[in-house]
Amino acid sequence: MHQFTIAELIKGLGNKDFSSVEVTQHYLDRIARLDKTYNSYITVTNDIALQQAAAADKRLAAGNAPALCGVPIAHKDIFCTTGVRTSCASKMLDKFIAPYNATIVENYLNSGVVMLGKTNMDEFAMGSSNETSWYGPVKNPWATDCVPGGSSGGSAAAVAAHLAPAATASDTGGSIRQPAALCGLTGIKPTYGRVSRWGMIAFASSLDQAGILSRTAEDAAILLNDMASYDAKDSTCVERDVPDYTADLNKPLNGLRIGVPKEYFGEGLNPKTAALIEAAIKVYESLGATIHSVSLPHTHLSVPAYYVIAPAECSANLSRFDGVRYGHRCDNPKDLNDLYMRSRSEGFGDEVKRRILVGAYALSAGYYDAYYSKAQKVRRLIKQDFVDAFQTVDVILGPTSPSPAFQFGSKTKDPVAMYLEDIYTIATNLAGLPGLSIPCGLVDNKPVGLQLIGNFFAESQLLNLAHQFQQATDFHKQTAPNIE
Amino acid sequence: MAIESSDIAKLAKLARIEINDTAAQEAAKSISDVLALVDQLQAINTDGVLPMAHPLDAVQKLRPDMISETNQREAFQSIAPATQDGLYLVPKVIE
Repeated sequence: MHQFTIAELIKGLGNKDFSSVEVTQHYLDRIARLDKTYNSYITVTNDIALQQAAAADKRLAAGNAPALCGVPIAHKDIFCTTGVRTSCASKMLDKFIAPYNATIVENYLNSGVVMLGKTNMDEFAMGSSNETSWYGPVKNPWATDCVPGGSSGGSAAAVAAHLAPAATASDTGGSIRQPAALCGLTGIKPTYGRVSRWGMIAFASSLDQAGILSRTAEDAAILLNDMASYDAKDSTCVERDVPDYTADLNKPLNGLRIGVPKEYFGEGLNPKTAALIEAAIKVYESLGATIHSVSLPHTHLSVPAYYVIAPAECSANLSRFDGVRYGHRCDNPKDLNDLYMRSRSEGFGDEVKRRILVGAYALSAGYYDAYYSKAQKVRRLIKQDFVDAFQTVDVILGPTSPSPAFQFGSKTKDPVAMYLEDIYTIATNLAGLPGLSIPCGLVDNKPVGLQLIGNFFAESQLLNLAHQFQQATDFHKQTAPNIE
Repeated sequence: MAIESSDIAKLAKLARIEINDTAAQEAAKSISDVLALVDQLQAINTDGVLPMAHPLDAVQKLRPDMISETNQREAFQSIAPATQDGLYLVPKVIE
């Protein structure tokens, strides 16, 4: 049963081949038996899952149930879930029981989707390897001595190890697409403002966007249909109708113009990864698309601009954790300042502290113009690169990550090396564009991701391109060896 | 731009993060590395470019000033570290 895609589960539930309780129990049993190896879940919500599954079965029996009714998924532990610990993988929120649901969680509840549990991640989504989690690192199912990517590493490992058929995730600089690449999955980060951020614990508010990790593009399209909505509670959410993302999946690609940015194939790209991207380009040519060389000349400035803007926003967002209203509080504070200082110092891990300090520096008097304002200007130049490129092409194609999954500890001592892991994904967040990663082969028995970047609100087109690739190839059907 | 451990101590105080001398020295090194990366921004001319705060250049939406949420003090205070009589408890501030 754990081999099924979301589309197959929907079909099976509709045909009464199995019940939601049966599928849910099957996954819960697998998690209990196998997740010791991967550490992909922080919290497994056994009782809630079975209650939701039983309720879904009733709705299914009554007829007229929504498409996703009874399908179990996992939620990244960044999304607030009523009555369930929502930790953001931080000691700061280890005892935080969310008093409300994130909008996307609520959307899925209304659709009858079952929550299996909350997945592990980098602390406050700050990391590219899932090594900053207070609950310990997540192991990549393809090679357990390697990282699953981050920050949505738990969501990715859970889906890759068949401990969930799909999972929610979030992406501030590559946190959906890079784990998708490293774990051999499909991952989509929608356009900024497409999906509500309400109830998604904030890291960098002008960059954060929720999305999906799944096994196929079709599954991502089905899940995005219910995740996306206009939400007045998120003032940056865009008031725009949500199309049926499955409608264009089978559209032919004849005449579609694919741009390949030369800056995405420079120094630092693993040659074996590059070869697989070249092979994927050939697949698209055979499907009728035309390939064009494009230039995104400010690409090299995306990581520097990001590491001003994201820490600046993080230092402001994380100032709310004061040990007073919720979250960790130190023992026996001697005064209010001591309460703030020790609660925050005990509650936050090293990477979070580093980013708060970098952000505080970039925003401090005398440095604001040189860092923060400068980075925001460069951000506009980076967005303009894409606007210019989309004058001549419909979609942009390149690698998701410079190389396949790396070993634990190999980049933890050098934050800059870790930051460069996201060199191809960060610009998309700065520009606010949708991006998607799909598997395109293996290097040294580890998956490689192909990235597609679309114009604003072109999610349907990206999913169409991804689905057509998956009709022509079977890379997405490859599963990690040794998965029970 | 290199940053000294004394700068780190000042920033840490501003950010309400406690940091000992050894940690401040380590942080000074890693944060200097991050700032060296970030300093690449200075090489590019951005004269006349407007800072970009929102990908779609959206403006803040406003709504009518009407009550839309009910008070949920008890629910919110049930997850607070310390409360009394509907108030959040903190150490004595005024001597």
